[in-house]
Amino acid sequence: MKLNLKIWRQGGKYKGELVNYQLDGVNEHMSFLEMLDVLNEELVSKKEEPVAFEHDCREGICGTCSLVINGRPHGPWKATTTCQLHMREYKDGDTIVIEPFRAKAFPVIKDLVVDRSSFDRIIQAGGYISVSTGQAQDGNAIPVGKDTAASAMNAAECIGCGACAAACPNGSAMLFTGAKVSHLARLPQGRPEAAKRVQAMVAQHDTEGFGNCTNIGACEAECPKGISLDNIALMNREYTAASFTERPVTVGAEGA
Amino acid sequence: MAWLTNYLTSSIGRKLTMSLTGLFLILFLVVHLLGNFQLLKDDGGEAFNKYTYFMTHFPLIKMISYGLYLFIIIHTIQGLMLAAANRKAKGQGYAVKTTPPGVTWASNNMALLGTLILAFLIIHMAQFWGQMHFGGMPESTVYPNFNEGKGVKDLYALVAEAFTSPVVIAIYTIGQVVLAFHLWHGFQSAFQTLGVNHPKYTPFIKGFGKAFAILVPLGFAVIPIIFYLTH
Repeated sequence: MKLNLKIWRQGGKYKGELVNYQLDGVNEHMSFLEMLDVLNEELVSKKEEPVAFEHDCREGICGTCSLVINGRPHGPWKATTTCQLHMREYKDGDTIVIEPFRAKAFPVIKDLVVDRSSFDRIIQAGGYISVSTGQAQDGNAIPVGKDTAASAMNAAECIGCGACAAACPNGSAMLFTGAKVSHLARLPQGRPEAAKRVQAMVAQHDTEGFGNCTNIGACEAECPKGISLDNIALMNREYTAASFTERPVTVGAEGA
Repeated sequence: MAWLTNYLTSSIGRKLTMSLTGLFLILFLVVHLLGNFQLLKDDGGEAFNKYTYFMTHFPLIKMISYGLYLFIIIHTIQGLMLAAANRKAKGQGYAVKTTPPGVTWASNNMALLGTLILAFLIIHMAQFWGQMHFGGMPESTVYPNFNEGKGVKDLYALVAEAFTSPVVIAIYTIGQVVLAFHLWHGFQSAFQTLGVNHPKYTPFIKGFGKAFAILVPLGFAVIPIIFYLTH
């Protein structure tokens, strides 16, 4: 099939604009990223600068691919990453607009590549548990109920791609932060540092310049891993409880 | 107290402020609507005037009303500040604008709806509250065995006069439609902010919130219309 692509180009000779490309010979079995590979092969053979976009595993689990396709992060398919979106979604003659993830805390590096290191810093602020090294503990020493394990696993499914912040009209990354907070807060291993964690991670989220959650739900709708808004509710509870009951900690100082 | 400042200026603290003040305003709407129903009593305004006298003179109610003014101001200022901050945090938008499945129009337009409600409130308060407090209304309407025989302000007459104008009726109807949309998102959103998201309660909260968002503004809107048609 033949496609009309409008792709955001930024850097080099491009100031930041949508550039039109016509791409012929697109196969419906191609993934969306393979379609872009074909475009880049063409551009390279014409001695033009290829379109910069991020990708890694191409199996939908690494969280590296991004893109906003016709206004939707990771394209139109529910709970699917861009690398798992296939060209059978489109038909001959379609126009596809491809833009980078947009949020103030995700500055564009080049074309469709944005800097998502703000997410790394949120994780560094508290998205871990402290475990002393030594011999491996018996796996069943700490009992965890099946339902608890499942709900923690649902939160842990977050691949940190940033689609939530990209989808959010407020540029808020509360779904990401909420998923990381709740993943650990739901498990006994995460409880000892839970109060400190939620305070540090929320403080880092705000410091990075992400917006405020207004419970619109665009993040949940666009999340390639179907992370639920109840993780944000849990984070709200944890944060409020921690703020009012914990003895003061140096909020956000560590890792920030 | 640095912790409290930290909390209240954090993104979660700020939305908790929106949630709690919003829930108070929701409760106030119920009280206000119940009061308005006195207007429909066919007694020449006796029930309504006695009710307004009570609401403006009973000390506890007066105290709550000062809280109400404060909460309206906090909800407004905080809301506008959040909207501005969020616009800045989004930065550049998308060339193709879409609304993902399940996202309501209201949730995307809370600041606009809130600003319209503020405009409505200013008109509404200038028309009745301002007139009552600063308009020099005489306390000349006397009801037997009420207020030790002294007169009260005839607010009923003021309302009856206002509701003869189709323009006023239109403003009130539009104001209530805007309020309905604001509540459509705001009611359930307030609970999500408080951290109440539970399979046992959330479906009820969402259902009740939608019913509330339709019925309460409808109640407010029909009173002027009934008044207009029957007077």
